[in-house]
Amino acid sequence: MPFEIPKLSYAPDALQPYISKQTIDFHYGKHHQAYVNNLNNLVPGTKFETATLEQIIKEADGGIFNNAAQVWNHTFYFESFSPSGLREPSGSLATAINKSFNSFSSFKEQFAKSSVTLFGSGWAWLVKKPDGSLEIVQELNAGNPMRKGLVPLLTCDVWEHAYYLDYQNKRPDYVQALWNILDWEIIDKRY
Amino acid sequence: MAFELPKLGYDYAALEPHIDARTMEIHHTKHHQAYITNLNNAIAGGEWETKSIEAILAEVSKLPAAVRNNGGGHFNHTLFWTVMAPNAGGMPKGDLLDAINRFFGSFDKFKELFAAAGMTRFGSGWAWLVKAGNELKITSTPNQDNPLMDLAEVKGTPILGVDVWEHAYYLKYQNRRNEYLAAFWNVVNWDEVGRRFK
Ligand SMILES: [Fe+2]
Ligand SMILES: [Fe+2]
Repeated sequence: MPFEIPKLSYAPDALQPYISKQTIDFHYGKHHQAYVNNLNNLVPGTKFETATLEQIIKEADGGIFNNAAQVWNHTFYFESFSPSGLREPSGSLATAINKSFNSFSSFKEQFAKSSVTLFGSGWAWLVKKPDGSLEIVQELNAGNPMRKGLVPLLTCDVWEHAYYLDYQNKRPDYVQALWNILDWEIIDKRY
Repeated sequence: MAFELPKLGYDYAALEPHIDARTMEIHHTKHHQAYITNLNNAIAGGEWETKSIEAILAEVSKLPAAVRNNGGGHFNHTLFWTVMAPNAGGMPKGDLLDAINRFFGSFDKFKELFAAAGMTRFGSGWAWLVKAGNELKITSTPNQDNPLMDLAEVKGTPILGVDVWEHAYYLKYQNRRNEYLAAFWNVVNWDEVGRRFK
C-alpha cells in the first residue's frame, strides 16, 4: 500500500497574498509529491514495507527517514492553513501558551525568532512535552520532534523553497505572513 | 580589518541564461552580504578579527557556530563568483585535465560524479572538487561548511564549488536542481579552476 499525500483542503490560490499559488504549486505539487514518490521507491524490500509513517520516522535513518519525515512534515504544514479561520488560540491551548510563553504575542515573537535563526534548511516547531508544557524547537533538514517523544502542534517550513518565490532572502517576512493563514482551530485539535 | 563584499568580475546578467540576473543580484548583495555582516559581528573585538578567512576556517571547530556558518558563507561565495564567468564552460586544460582523467576516468565521468554530489546533498550545502595533497576528490558539505574547515570530513583545498542552497537556483529552476547543475557547466571558469589547482 503506497504512501499518499492528502489533497489540500483549500485552493492553491487561497492563501494569497501570503503564500502565492505558484509557491503552493511547486511546494505541494513538486516537492511534497517528490518526497512521497521517493519514499514509495525506497521502502519496498526493507523492514519498513508495512510500517506506518510514524514508525518509519521514529526508527529509520538516511534516505528513508528523510523522505518519510518530509512527507509527514509537509502534510502537517499544509494542513495548518486555511483561507479563513481562527487566527488566535483559544481555550486550554491559549492557557497553555500563556503559561509557557507569557502571552500569545511573546510566543509569536519566540516562534518567529526560532524560524528565522535556523541556519540552512529545516523546520521550527511548537511542541507539547510529556509533562504537558509547551516548547519551541528547531529541527534541521527533515528533522521531526516525534523522534524525541515530543508532540508536534505547529511547524514552520524554513527550507528556502517554502518562501523563495514570494519573499526571496526575506525569511522574516515569510514567517510574519504565516500568522495570517494559520488556523488555530486545527492546531487546537492537535493539542 | 573587517571583511568586505568582493566585487564580481562580470555583470549580474553576464551568466544568462544559465544563471539569471535577479538571482545573481540577490545572491551577491543580500545573501553574501549577510554572511559578511554576520561574520564581522561574530569576530568583532576579539583575536580573530585580524586573521585571514583561511586561518579562521582552519580552526573553526573552536569558534562559535556563527563564525562557522558565516565565515564559511563568506569564503564559499567568494570562491563561487570566481569559478564562474561569461563565455566560459568547455573543458579544463593541461595538468588539471590530466589529473581529472587520472582520478575520475574522464571529464564526462567527473561531471557525472560532481553533479551527483550536488544532487545527493540533502538540504542546503555545497559540492566541491578538492585538491588534497596529490589527489583530486569530489565531496559535498552541509550548509556553509567547506573542506578548509578543521571539522570537514574531506579536507583539502577547494578548487571548484557549486552552491546547492535553494536560493542559488530557485527563482529560475525551482525544484529542478538537476537542471541548475547541468547548466552550471556552461559557466564554469576553467582557467580560474586551473589556477587554483596549481
Ligand atoms: Fe518544504
Ligand atoms: Fe548561496
